[in-house]
Amino acid sequence: MTDLTSLTLAGVRDGLAKRDFTAVEMTEAYLSAMDAHKGLNAFIVTCPDVALDRAKASDARRAKGEARGPMDGAPVAIKDLFCTEGVQTTAASKILEGFKPCYESTVSGKLKDAGAVMLGKTNLDEFAMGSANITSAYGNVISPWTAENDATPLVPGGSSGGSAAAVAVRLCVAATGTDTGGSIRQPAAFTGIVGLKPTYGRCSRWGIVAFASSLDQAGPMTRTVEDAAIMLQAMAGFDAKDSTSAKVALPDFAKALSGDIRGLKVGIPKEYRPDGLNSEIAALWDQGITWLKDAGATVVDISLPHTDKALATYYIIAPAEASSNLARHDGVRYGLRVEDGGNLDEMYMKTRAKGFGKEVKRRILIGTYVLSAGYYDAYYLKAQKVRALIAGDFREAFKTVDVILTPTAPSDPFPVEGGAKVDPITMYLNDGFTVPASLAGVPALSLPGGLSQKGLPLGLQLIGRPFDEETILRVAQVMEAAAGFDAVPTLLRGGK
Amino acid sequence: MSLDKATVRKIGFLARLEIPEDDLEGLAHELNGILGWVEQLSQVNTEGVAPLASVSEMKLFWREDTVTDGGMPEKVLANAPDAMDGYFLVPKVVE
Repeated sequence: MTDLTSLTLAGVRDGLAKRDFTAVEMTEAYLSAMDAHKGLNAFIVTCPDVALDRAKASDARRAKGEARGPMDGAPVAIKDLFCTEGVQTTAASKILEGFKPCYESTVSGKLKDAGAVMLGKTNLDEFAMGSANITSAYGNVISPWTAENDATPLVPGGSSGGSAAAVAVRLCVAATGTDTGGSIRQPAAFTGIVGLKPTYGRCSRWGIVAFASSLDQAGPMTRTVEDAAIMLQAMAGFDAKDSTSAKVALPDFAKALSGDIRGLKVGIPKEYRPDGLNSEIAALWDQGITWLKDAGATVVDISLPHTDKALATYYIIAPAEASSNLARHDGVRYGLRVEDGGNLDEMYMKTRAKGFGKEVKRRILIGTYVLSAGYYDAYYLKAQKVRALIAGDFREAFKTVDVILTPTAPSDPFPVEGGAKVDPITMYLNDGFTVPASLAGVPALSLPGGLSQKGLPLGLQLIGRPFDEETILRVAQVMEAAAGFDAVPTLLRGGK
Repeated sequence: MSLDKATVRKIGFLARLEIPEDDLEGLAHELNGILGWVEQLSQVNTEGVAPLASVSEMKLFWREDTVTDGGMPEKVLANAPDAMDGYFLVPKVVE
């Protein structure tokens, strides 16, 4: 039999339908792979019992001819930011250690209802705040990739670093991620997989531990574009429990994958090619443009003039919303409490000082400051206005183009060791190409385009019109075929 | 605009974060670095631009004003660090 863990989600769907293997066999194969690669620290908790129960139930449904669709029996990992009933949910923070939600997030619940098997909860940057997965209270996630002839441990990107590493090294067939400023796309690029941030409002935020509510969006992380379409189908849809959830029709995403992009207009924004852009990244981008032209698309130079102000805008808005959202972690209703006989305020202050990590505290303080009396207009209101201009840039561009192509990240993956030492702003610059689409709320996808000279994955990003994930999926699949990216992580090649 | 130790202490209280005296200086330095960096937004002309609070261009939907959930005090309290008789317990608030 072929190695079960090498199959794509579409392959799992087909194999289960043909009775080539059972969901239990598939789940067991992944559980042992997870065991073999514990050193990556991709999971905060594993739930083999839950997984095997769900796999058995899936097999039983199938035996009765009641299989629920393409996700039924597929073993997936859930980012530990989604509340999962009865299974610890921490957001990678000490402040939520031991928290077992009494409810299921809408997205993980939809996957569960679709028959997906949950293998465990993946590691992430604490409260999804980070671009390297080095701020988790449960330790760093290590990328399954290393540079050629250099065993230095590398970061998987962040914040969905555990999900990205797990999908890349085949510890699950697919995983959920969340993306606030690039947290699906950048780790997807760093680990050589596909990551899709849908349009804001496409997937319900209900039951996802909140970071920055006007930006947070859940999406699929998979090994192929087709798999992303299949998984998005199961995750998306209107939810009355999220007031920002969009009441729009849900297309058949897999049907959009026609392979035909002739006549499509692709925008190339000049602002994404700043002076000093890494030459390998620039070369890959040019290669991507050639692939699109070869497939019959028309390439158009465009301008998104406020791009260079997106990061500063984001690093006001996101911390502001975070400082408000994270106020709920107060030691009263769930999670950690530190008490030593003081009054209520002292209990709050000690609990939060002990429970939150350094980066989370830094962002809470920045957010509190920019929202405080006397500074609100200068910082927060100003940022909201610039955000309007950034969103306007995209609206204007999409009057003439159907999709935009850019690099996903400004560099290839960097060492874990160095990552911990860089100053906050340098780390924030990693999100420069992903943050603008987040601020505009438009869908964006990262797909692997090739390898750097060091043998590490590089990603290309496609940005689409609001609620037009279909076009970016269609273009992405054409590019995927052209790229023929078949490199696997060093760890799967028996390397170290 | 530059943050001093006293301001960091004040923000710490507003955010209900205890900050050890020894960390104030370093934090002030870090926060000033970030605030100095975001200062670049002042270069952008935003005259007449309405602030964008939400990207969803749709009206929030309405629903019947009825109870849709509830009646599960045990579940609500299940994760509480301290609870008694159907209530969350906190340190004494009123003397």
